Amino acid sequence: MPVTEPAELSSGWGRALVFTYGVFAVAATGRSLVQLGADAGRAPLAYSLSLFAAVVYLVATTCLLLGGRTGWRLAALAVTVELVGVLSVGTLSLVATDLFPDKTVWSHFGQGYGFLPLVLPFAGLAWLWHTRSGVLTDDAATGTDHTATPEP
Amino acid sequence: MSPWVYGAVLVLCAAAAVVLVVDLVRDRAAQDSHFVALAALELVVLVQLVAGSVALARTDRDVDGVTFVGYLVTVALVPVVGAFFSLAERSRVGTTILLLAVATVAGLEVRLWDVWGAGD
Repeated sequence: MPVTEPAELSSGWGRALVFTYGVFAVAATGRSLVQLGADAGRAPLAYSLSLFAAVVYLVATTCLLLGGRTGWRLAALAVTVELVGVLSVGTLSLVATDLFPDKTVWSHFGQGYGFLPLVLPFAGLAWLWHTRSGVLTDDAATGTDHTATPEP
Repeated sequence: MSPWVYGAVLVLCAAAAVVLVVDLVRDRAAQDSHFVALAALELVVLVQLVAGSVALARTDRDVDGVTFVGYLVTVALVPVVGAFFSLAERSRVGTTILLLAVATVAGLEVRLWDVWGAGD
């Protein structure tokens, strides 16, 4: 059962993660607002997915920032949804191109964003796994190895 | 919008990124020199914010004004937010955050140029 102190999820490498998620939250929100504002009917599926991605990034950013047990769980849910989203939308955008007349953040596995949307959920899951026990070892604070399994 | 501002931002980003990667490999926390580099970058993007807004008002190009100004403002905010995040982590995490901020500025700058050039 994850037991985390509020500060731990957003400190150390978590702070770098919060920054990156924050950037993507802003990017995805901006993109979806522009898309929906310009011509919402042009690509309903792609634009809905853009909006959905924006919400997922916003939830992940907020929960990572707030921390705590609930924050950890919601962040884990958001990051898992994000992983499923980028993999399925990435595949669909390549296979069923007619479904996506316009791009989303997750199209082509986030190619337009340097494939970071594909890497980010894995980094997020690794960090959540690392902080699951709530026992942050000193190596996380100094950042020597953020994927190391904490001592039991 | 002047290509010189665009070029200056990208050159500063590249220079800062090189310094940051070197210090990241050497496992150093963010240094004063890094923040000076980021301040220089911030200065240029603030100039860009003003120059870009003026250029937008004068141009007869078909530029999406809201998106363009949105990018101009976001580019100016990223180094500041990145610096604050970095100051909270006096380890190589802080250096990584500065690198992420610089990469974000470079990425946004490329998009900014796309938005400006959309009227061509």
